[in-house]
Amino acid sequence: MTNALEVSDLHVTLAGSHVLQGISLNVPVGGVTALLGRNGVGKTTTLRALLGLVASTGAISVLGTDVRGWATHRIVRLGVGYVPEDRDVFAGLTVAENLRLAERIEAPRYDDVYAIFPELRERSGQRAGTMSGGQQQMVSIARALLNGWPLLLIDEPSKGLAPRLVGELADALARVATLATVLLVEQNLALVRRLAQRIIVLDHGEVVHTGDAQELDDPDLAKRFLGVSGVK
Amino acid sequence: MSPSVRRAAIALGLVAVAALVPFIGLHLPWILPSTVNVVNSTGTLEVLALSFVFAGVALGYDVIFGYTGLLSLGPVMYFATGVYVFDITLTHWNWPLASALVATFAVSLVLAILLGAIALRVSGIAFTMVTLAFAQAFYYLVEDNPHGLTGGDTGLALYSSRLPAFLSGAVSNTRNLYWIALGFLVVSYAVVWLVTESETGHVLVAIRENERRLEVLGIRPFRYKLAAYTLSSLVATGGGVAYILLIGTAVPSAVASVTVTLSILVMVVLGGAGTRWGAVTGAVIYVYLQQYLLKVAAEPSFATLPAFLRVPLSQPQFLLGLIFVLFVLFVPGGIAGVVTRRRLRSAARLFDATSAVPTTIPMEEP
Amino acid sequence: MNVFLALTFSGIALGAIYFLAASGLSLIYGLMDILNFAHGLFMTLGAYVAWDVASHLPTSWGAPLLFSIAVVASIIGGALAAGLTEVLLIRPLYGRPVSQILVTIGLDLAVVGLLLGGFGSNSLSIPVPLWLIEASRVGGLDLPNSNFVALVAGVVILVALELFLHRTRYGITIRAGVENRDMVSALGINVGRAFTLVFVIGGAMAGLAGLLYAVVFSGDLISPTQGDSLLIFAFIVVVIGGLGSIRGSAVAALVVGLVQDYTNFYLGSHSGMAEIGNLSVVLLLALVLEWRPRGLFGSTL
Ligand SMILES: Nc1ncnc2c1ncn2[C@@H]1O[C@H](COP(=O)(O)OP(=O)(O)OP(=O)(O)O)[C@@H](O)[C@H]1O
Ligand SMILES: [Mg+2]
Repeated sequence: MTNALEVSDLHVTLAGSHVLQGISLNVPVGGVTALLGRNGVGKTTTLRALLGLVASTGAISVLGTDVRGWATHRIVRLGVGYVPEDRDVFAGLTVAENLRLAERIEAPRYDDVYAIFPELRERSGQRAGTMSGGQQQMVSIARALLNGWPLLLIDEPSKGLAPRLVGELADALARVATLATVLLVEQNLALVRRLAQRIIVLDHGEVVHTGDAQELDDPDLAKRFLGVSGVK
Repeated sequence: MSPSVRRAAIALGLVAVAALVPFIGLHLPWILPSTVNVVNSTGTLEVLALSFVFAGVALGYDVIFGYTGLLSLGPVMYFATGVYVFDITLTHWNWPLASALVATFAVSLVLAILLGAIALRVSGIAFTMVTLAFAQAFYYLVEDNPHGLTGGDTGLALYSSRLPAFLSGAVSNTRNLYWIALGFLVVSYAVVWLVTESETGHVLVAIRENERRLEVLGIRPFRYKLAAYTLSSLVATGGGVAYILLIGTAVPSAVASVTVTLSILVMVVLGGAGTRWGAVTGAVIYVYLQQYLLKVAAEPSFATLPAFLRVPLSQPQFLLGLIFVLFVLFVPGGIAGVVTRRRLRSAARLFDATSAVPTTIPMEEP
Repeated sequence: MNVFLALTFSGIALGAIYFLAASGLSLIYGLMDILNFAHGLFMTLGAYVAWDVASHLPTSWGAPLLFSIAVVASIIGGALAAGLTEVLLIRPLYGRPVSQILVTIGLDLAVVGLLLGGFGSNSLSIPVPLWLIEASRVGGLDLPNSNFVALVAGVVILVALELFLHRTRYGITIRAGVENRDMVSALGINVGRAFTLVFVIGGAMAGLAGLLYAVVFSGDLISPTQGDSLLIFAFIVVVIGGLGSIRGSAVAALVVGLVQDYTNFYLGSHSGMAEIGNLSVVLLLALVLEWRPRGLFGSTL
C-alpha cells in the first residue's frame, strides 16, 4: 500500500446543490498532505464523504480497502481518526468520558496523548462543554490519537484559536505527524507550510491543483487558488 | 392539448361521472360497500359521499403535510370545529343557515391563526406534539359537554327547522347530500390547486426542501407556514360541515378523536403525499375499504372462519394499519408514486429531507 | 389539609407513572429524533403480556407471587415489543425521519386493532394481591398502597437510569449520541446498537408503566386503547421537560401529575367539567412553550 487514501470521481449532493463534482485525489502514506481551498469549496464535505457521513458516489479506498457504501463506524475501525471542523466534543461529557468513548483498542495510547497534551490529565473530570476552544481542540485531537491509528483526518484545527495557541498547536501537530499519515484541512498557510509536504487545492468542488508544499511560496499560486495575496 | 389542459379535462370528466352516479341503478355484486348491490343505493351513495368529504379534508391536509412538510396532528380539531359549531348554531340556537356557516368558518379562522401561531413557534417534532396536544384538548372539551352544548359522548344530532328540507338528513335526501359532498371536494380541489400552483405554493415546497435557504433569500417562512396551516384548517372545517349534514350526528370519538387525524394522515400517505390526486385517491380508497371490510365482517358466512382469520379481518383498523406500514416501508411515494415515477422521487425527497445516510437523521434542525 | 396531602400523594404517584412512560420516549427522541407513537402500544402490550402470563399460572401460587411475575412479564413484554419494532420497522428506515414516525403510527393502529379484535374493547382484570388494594395509615392519612408501589417504581427506575447513563459505557454512548450522533459513529461506534438499546430500555419502562397504570389508577383493568390515552400525557411531559432530557422528564412528570390531580379535584367539582384536569395539562404545555420553547431542561441529559 503506497497510498493511505485513494479517491476517484467523488460526487456529493447536499440539499439539492452539487457540492463535490468529481474529486480525485491520492494521499500517500506518511507525512502531512494539506487539503486547501477557499471557504465553501467542499473541503469539509470531502472529509465527511470519506468517512461515510454524507452519501456520495465514486470510488473511495481507505488504507487499501474499498469502502464504498460502508457505514461510518466500519470505515473508522480500519484505522482512521477524525478531528472535525468544530471540534464536536461531547459538551455534556467529561474529558475522561470523551476519551473513553474513543477507545477502540485493548490498550489505548494514553501515554502518547498525555505526552502531547499534559493538560488533559489534570482536567479529566471537567465537563468538555465548560472548556475553552483550545482545550476542546486538544480533546478532539486526543480522541483521534488514542488508538494509534495510521490515518488522521484533521479539519481546520487552528480555527478560532489565538495566534499564540496556534503556535502551540503547530508543535503538537508536528508530533502527531510523526505517529500517523495526516490529511490536514487548514486555512492558515503558515501552519500548512510548517507541517505539510504536499498540497491538494480544491475549487468549486473539483481538484484544481496537486503539488509540493514548497509551491506555496509562489505568490501567484496562492493568489489564484486560495484568494490570498501570498504568504509572508 | 397541453398537459394542464388535458389534466383539467380528465378532472372535469371524473367530476361529471361522479355527479351522475346517483342516476346509475346498475346492479353490481361483490364490490359495493353496502349490503344492497345497487350502485345508487342509499348505502353506497353515503359511503361515496363520505369518501368525498375525507378526500377534501385530505387534500387540505396535504397542503400542510405533503407540500410544506410539516407533520401537524391537528386537522381533526378543525374538522370537529366545522361539525360542532355548525351543529350547535343550528340545533341549539336555531340560527339561519348562512349565519351558521359564516360563524363556523369565522371560529375556525380565529382558532387556526391563534393556535397555528403558537404551534409554529416550535419546529420539527415539538410542532407535531403541540398540534397533537391542542387537538386532544379540543377533544376533552367536546367530550365534557360544556353547558350541554356538545352532547358529550351521547352525541348531538343535527336538527333545525331553519335547515332547508332538501338538506335534512332524511334518507330521501341522500342524493342531495351526495352532491353537496362532491361539491365540497371540487371546491377544495380548486382552492388547493390554485394555491399550490401559485407563487405561494412554490414557497411552501421550498420550505419543505430547505427552509434555511429561504431565510437566506430574505423570505420569512413563518407567514407562509401559518397561511398553509390556516388554509388546511379551513378546508377541514368545510369537511366537518359536509360531514354533519351527511351523517346527521356528532359523536366525539368519530369526529374529534386523534384517530380521525391518523386516518387522514394514512389517506394522504397511501395516495402519495405532496400530490393532489394522490390525496383524493388515498381518501376514497381508505373510506371505501374501511366500509367494505365492515360489510364483509358482518356477513353470516364470516363467522364460520377460523379465529386466526376472523379476528384480524374483522378489524379494518388492523388491516388499514398494516397496509399503511407496508406502504411506508416499501412504497414511500404512495399510489401516486407508483403511477408516475417522477413523483416517487419528489416524495422520497420529502421523507428523506436532509440526508440519505444511515446515521445523520436531523428532521428540521441538524 | 388532609385532602390536599392525599391529593399530592396520588399526584406524585401519577407523575411516577408518567415518568416511566415519558423517559423512554424522551431518550428515543433525543437519540434518534423519532416521535415514537408505538410507545402507547408498548404500554398496552406490557399490561396484556402481564395479564396473559398471570392468568395462565396456577392461582395456588398466591397473588403476591403471581403479581411479581406479572411485573417482570410486563417489563419483558414491553422490551421485546420495542426491540422487535426497532429492528424490523425502524432500522430499514434509518435516514428517513418522517417515515419512521409514520411507521410507528401504523404499527400502533394495526396492533391496537388486533387487540380490539381479539379481546374486544372490554377491559380485562389483572390479579393483584389484596394488600395492593388496601391503604396504609401514615400520619393520620389513609394512603393507597398501590400509590406507594408506583412511587417506589418511579424512584428506582430514575436512579437506575441515571446510574446507567453516567456509569456505563453504553450509557455514555447514549448521552453522547443525544448530543451528536455523527460524531459517535466517527469514533468507530455502531450507533445502530445504541438505537436498539434505547428502544429496549424505553419499551421495558413503558411495559411497566402500562401495568402499573392499570393497577394504580384503573382498578386493575386493562384495555387495548389505554396505552394510547396515556401516550398523549407522556408526549406532553416530554415536551414540557425538554426533548431528550431525563431529568426534565422527571420534573415535568411530577408537575403534570400534580396539576392534573389538583385541578381535577378542586376545579372539577366546581365547574362540573370531568376533563378539566386533562385540559389544564394542555394549557400548561402552551404556557411553558410560550415561556421556554425548548422545554424546562433544554436538550441535555
Ligand atoms: N447540509 C448542507 N446543506 C446544503 N448545503 C451544504 C450543506 N453542508 C455544506 N453545504 C454547502 O456545501 C459547500 C461546501 O461546504 P464545506 O463545508 O465542505 O466547505 P469548506 O470547504 O469546508 O468551507 P470552509 O473553509 O468554510 O470550512 C458550501 O457551499 C456549503 O454551503
Ligand atoms: Mg470546512
